[in-house]
Amino acid sequence: MATPTWNNPVIKWVDDRLPIFTFVQHSAIDYPTPKNLNYWWNFGSLAGVILVIMIATGIFLSFNYTAHVDMAFDSVERIMRDVNYGWMFRYIHMNGGTMFFLIIYIHIFRGMYYGSYKAPRELLWIIGVFIFLAMMATAFVGYVLPWGQMSFWGATVITNLFSVIPFVGNDIVTWLWGGFSVDNPTLNRFFSLHYLLPFIIFALVFLHLWALHTHKSNNPLGIEVKGDQDELPFHPYYTIKDLYGLGVFMIFFMGVTFFAPNFFGEPENYLPANPMVTPAAIVPEWYFLPYYAILRATPDNFVDAWGILPVIIDAKTSGVILMFASILLLCLLPWLDRSKVRSATFRPIYKQLYWIFLADCLVLGWIGANPPEGMMLLIGRIATFWYFFHLLILLPLVPYWEKTKELPESISAAVTANGEGSKETSS
Amino acid sequence: MADSAVTSEDGQDGEETRRDFLLISTVSVGAVGAALAAWPFIDLMNPSKDVLALASTELDLSGIEVGQAITAIWRGKPIFIRRRTASEVDAAKNVKLAELKDPQSDADRVQKPEWLVLIGICTHLGCIPVGNKSGQTKGEFGGWFCPCHGSHYDTSGRIRKGPAPRNFEIPPYKFLSDTTLFIG
Ligand code: HEM
Ligand code: FES
Repeated sequence: MATPTWNNPVIKWVDDRLPIFTFVQHSAIDYPTPKNLNYWWNFGSLAGVILVIMIATGIFLSFNYTAHVDMAFDSVERIMRDVNYGWMFRYIHMNGGTMFFLIIYIHIFRGMYYGSYKAPRELLWIIGVFIFLAMMATAFVGYVLPWGQMSFWGATVITNLFSVIPFVGNDIVTWLWGGFSVDNPTLNRFFSLHYLLPFIIFALVFLHLWALHTHKSNNPLGIEVKGDQDELPFHPYYTIKDLYGLGVFMIFFMGVTFFAPNFFGEPENYLPANPMVTPAAIVPEWYFLPYYAILRATPDNFVDAWGILPVIIDAKTSGVILMFASILLLCLLPWLDRSKVRSATFRPIYKQLYWIFLADCLVLGWIGANPPEGMMLLIGRIATFWYFFHLLILLPLVPYWEKTKELPESISAAVTANGEGSKETSS
Repeated sequence: MADSAVTSEDGQDGEETRRDFLLISTVSVGAVGAALAAWPFIDLMNPSKDVLALASTELDLSGIEVGQAITAIWRGKPIFIRRRTASEVDAAKNVKLAELKDPQSDADRVQKPEWLVLIGICTHLGCIPVGNKSGQTKGEFGGWFCPCHGSHYDTSGRIRKGPAPRNFEIPPYKFLSDTTLFIG
């Protein structure tokens, strides 16, 4: 890639001292991109846009929000009723959280289908998992801010998870709360963290993109780019495609925001927090449901029942361990999956397992929304088992007997073989 | 490098050794300093003095009939105070310890058998169980029931069934008179 030359004297002057224009030219305009990317590759840029939307609406909400247990609920109601366009900002922010997770889940499952986590993109993937964790933390503390019943009780249940840490668990919970229950000190620090974490996410996204641009995008065939004939410059080919995707997405996002703003919400959260009354059922936001199902799936004496360890692990501890493991295990995915072939297109067995795994996660989500009793409990346990069985047993072993299909010689060869002509017609 | 620390002062070796020493001591002092400086940051998040100052409560029990229960507030937490009936006391006493998940005799959990005083927080994930108000279900063991994930507690506040690992906690309390209870 040639270093661009600048004609405009001001740009040239700046670029000589801080090559920011060269940087943009390289990473967003000339940036060579595989020419066969499909629409599943839109979700990365969508995630970036929604992050900016969340930060923008969040800052404007905070102008009118009061982080105090006596005033938080009322200040949010004031935003809804009295502040000009306050209702719109809140509904965009509220549903933006939902959209952010929807996009990220699609983005993650895209990576799983096309094997984007494999060498040399392991670190890119791991940074992604950390972004996901930071998002979960942000959404969790954000949900506490309106100080409704679900805010309060969600915060209570989730912070209590840390009490399973041996010896110091209860002290850690008191420390997190800054008191003896979820109360004003908790709300204050959660607000502060809710403001801070998105900027940490922003920094992580920067690292994510840095890693991405080092080895460039994977592609639906999962094979290496062989040369210029396999690539297109990012601008205008993918800028326009990303913009088109953004338009479609915005129709959906704004449709929900303006016509069904409370569809994903929980009515209980429109009741002010009451520390003396627990709601009949505590249900997290939809994007946490699969993990909530795993948390509640384990029986008492979980490990002991199989006689593996000489200790008894109660249902609470094992549930918490499995829940955190279910996310952290994703960091190890590049090493758990031992197949050299990236894309599921060429992996007949993995392709089916992939869809089963996806269905399994959806089942877990459905179980998470229901009380863990009878059939629900049983299904939840089977689905939890499958989640770990897939990651820990199937992914490492399947490559030993899976016969992968023959990989195409190159991206452009595959396009030509499909009878679609070469370079010119692909846009 | 470091093993030649006591040898020649002047040669190349000596020069390096002295630098190693300076480097290692600077880094160690810096690390200790950073660790010490971390403590105020951590402790700032612990309960503050005003929060700790509100840490005790006095209650008048005279209005509570046998078989009734009330919920008081101490440190922002619900305190269950139940004036137990004779049959509830018997039920609590007659359980074999071996049947319990968190074995504890009733005598170890009360000061006066009639009065059961508990922190009314489910030891699973912190919900407030039902069973204190008349008409609420008391669970399969006549004590309390936590609707969040289905934990049943008995008339001594001990966990009998469900995911909670431990019995209800007992707050520190004493009777100032027959009808005045001091918690804290
Ligand atoms: C990663 C990006 C972010 C996510 C996922 C996120 C998520 C959330 C969620 C789920 C809520 C609860 C909405 C409700 O039910 O009412 C919330 C509330 C709030 N957020 Fe954010 N947020 C993000 C960024 C920000 C930023 C950067 C700010 C800037 C200060 C902010 C300020 C607020 C405020 C003031 C509230 C309380 C008002 C309300 O409840 O609508 N957020 N956030
Ligand atoms: S919090 Fe009571 S059963 Fe889970």
